Amino acid sequence: MNAEPSTAQELFDGVPYEPGAAKNDPILVADNVRRAFGGLVAVDVEHLEVQRGAITALIGPNGAGKTTFFNLLTNFDEPDTGDRLFEGNDLSGVSAYKVANLGMVRTFQLTKSLSKMTVIDNMRLGGTEQAGESFFRALLPFLWRRQEAEITERADALLERFKLSHMRDEFAGTLSGGQRKLLEMARALMVRPNIVMLDEPMAGVNPALKQSLLDHVKGLRDEGMTVLFVEHDMDMVQEISDWVVVMAEGRIIAEGPPESISSNQAVVDAYLGSHHDSALDLEAD
Amino acid sequence: MDWGAIIQNLFRGFIGEPFIYFSLAAMGLNMHYGYTGLLNFGQAVFMAAGAYGLSMAVVTLGLNFWWGLLLGIVVFPLLLALIMGVPTLRLRADYLAIVTIAASEMFRIIARSPSLDRWTGSSDGLTAFANRFYDFNPFDKQKRYFFGLFIGNQMWVVLIGWIVLSTVALIVWMTMRSPWGRVLRAIREDEDAARSLGKNAYWFKMQALMIGGMFGALGGMFRAIGTQSAQPQNFITDVTFFAWVALILGGAARVGGPIAGAAILYGILNFTDVFLRQLVENGYMPEVIMDGTQVGQVRFMMIGLGLILLAIYRPQGIFGTKEEMALDER
Repeated sequence: MNAEPSTAQELFDGVPYEPGAAKNDPILVADNVRRAFGGLVAVDVEHLEVQRGAITALIGPNGAGKTTFFNLLTNFDEPDTGDRLFEGNDLSGVSAYKVANLGMVRTFQLTKSLSKMTVIDNMRLGGTEQAGESFFRALLPFLWRRQEAEITERADALLERFKLSHMRDEFAGTLSGGQRKLLEMARALMVRPNIVMLDEPMAGVNPALKQSLLDHVKGLRDEGMTVLFVEHDMDMVQEISDWVVVMAEGRIIAEGPPESISSNQAVVDAYLGSHHDSALDLEAD
Repeated sequence: MDWGAIIQNLFRGFIGEPFIYFSLAAMGLNMHYGYTGLLNFGQAVFMAAGAYGLSMAVVTLGLNFWWGLLLGIVVFPLLLALIMGVPTLRLRADYLAIVTIAASEMFRIIARSPSLDRWTGSSDGLTAFANRFYDFNPFDKQKRYFFGLFIGNQMWVVLIGWIVLSTVALIVWMTMRSPWGRVLRAIREDEDAARSLGKNAYWFKMQALMIGGMFGALGGMFRAIGTQSAQPQNFITDVTFFAWVALILGGAARVGGPIAGAAILYGILNFTDVFLRQLVENGYMPEVIMDGTQVGQVRFMMIGLGLILLAIYRPQGIFGTKEEMALDER
């Protein structure tokens, strides 16, 4: 992954287009993950592997359990049964904050920009292993001032890249919806993650910002990061994903490159009902 | 009308002993609520921890004054924060509110129980434990100091109180400009966001609860030292809400907010008390409206009215900014 490919299809050489397919170099593996809310089984995934260095989309009709599964993968929710392995680390019983420190960082469907903090403070917060985050060291600024300057420099560079520099010292609460999405993504990068998990990154973003957001997501992959996102926006799925995982009724029903998905009979059935027999036209979404 | 006495009382309210107790307690609440978003409705129990930590160490256990300070400022509040925080800080904010208000009432009722007379002195409380503190008093007990506002012993309490108050304010100011304070503010805004960025929200909330509790304990301890007594009725729930009033009045999440709030609260309480009393005594106040015995209640009614007006016209408090307040509505 040193070149600058526009897709990462070659990473999937020899991977069959079937649910639960084994990947060449999985970064994240879920096994028999099941989560029920009372009598409703929201998620029941037998096996899923996420390929390192690629952009994987998780799609499915409403109520398919995408977000629940996403929360389970990021450890913001505990499954009833099943294992999740991230870079070989078993995530069972690990606190959500530790998952971030392992190199997996997530964003939220409803953006969580910290309104009453400035944009730059939002960014600085993302820095990991900050010496000044201990109460006693906080009282001795000379112990963390240099690290703070480094973090600020990195934050400013990211703000520049995400075109938020002009808002640097404004409260994050004054940003528009799209800018908040950008800020959340930029802030996630402050953690220096190996994998970025985006929960509906396009929700509520105006069309003008969409293209730049798409470019940013591709940029993450080109830097060697792995991206997994949940999305409804089919344009986005078609345009940037290398691999698509389709969920319905809590299960994974199909996997494959985006072109293969629109003609997949199981996917068509899931979206349109099984009596429908024409191919799904993703372009017309 | 004795205007001299009125003005003197006004200033005693601004900078005197109750101002010190309550601004310390309110600074603790500011750490809890203003910066971290924790709802502590039992600051009185932290204040009681400070008062009883010192007095029980000296009177009940026969330890010396310095051990008393350690117990009252550090050990008792830390234990309390752990007991209340461990079960509730993983849950939503409301649960801490319930537990703190319950704990403060439980402590008060247990402390005044006659069966614990040997330990807590029951409803009479404990007395004469701060002699060591007054041994260091450089002021003459017979004289008045600081424009005649305080007699010797009071002056000593108030002077040390100001020093402690400034130190606590400095600590708050410094930590809130640090990455530590940034994490607290992030937790106040959105706990899950902080967690998603690798911050142990639970532990940071625990730290805030402990440190704010220690500030409260300092306030309670000063109250105990100032009166040389620790009594259960000094730590009723009203005490918690006075500290809240000071915080809201001054403005939360501002270093100076709780200090200004406590000064204004006690300034107004003292002023109206003497002013109304003088009006009644000098016959300016028709008896139909109020008599001398009602002054105490009327001044609280006036504070209440003032708070309502504040909530309408300046909800962000005296030090807060409207812009920041408005961000909540987006």
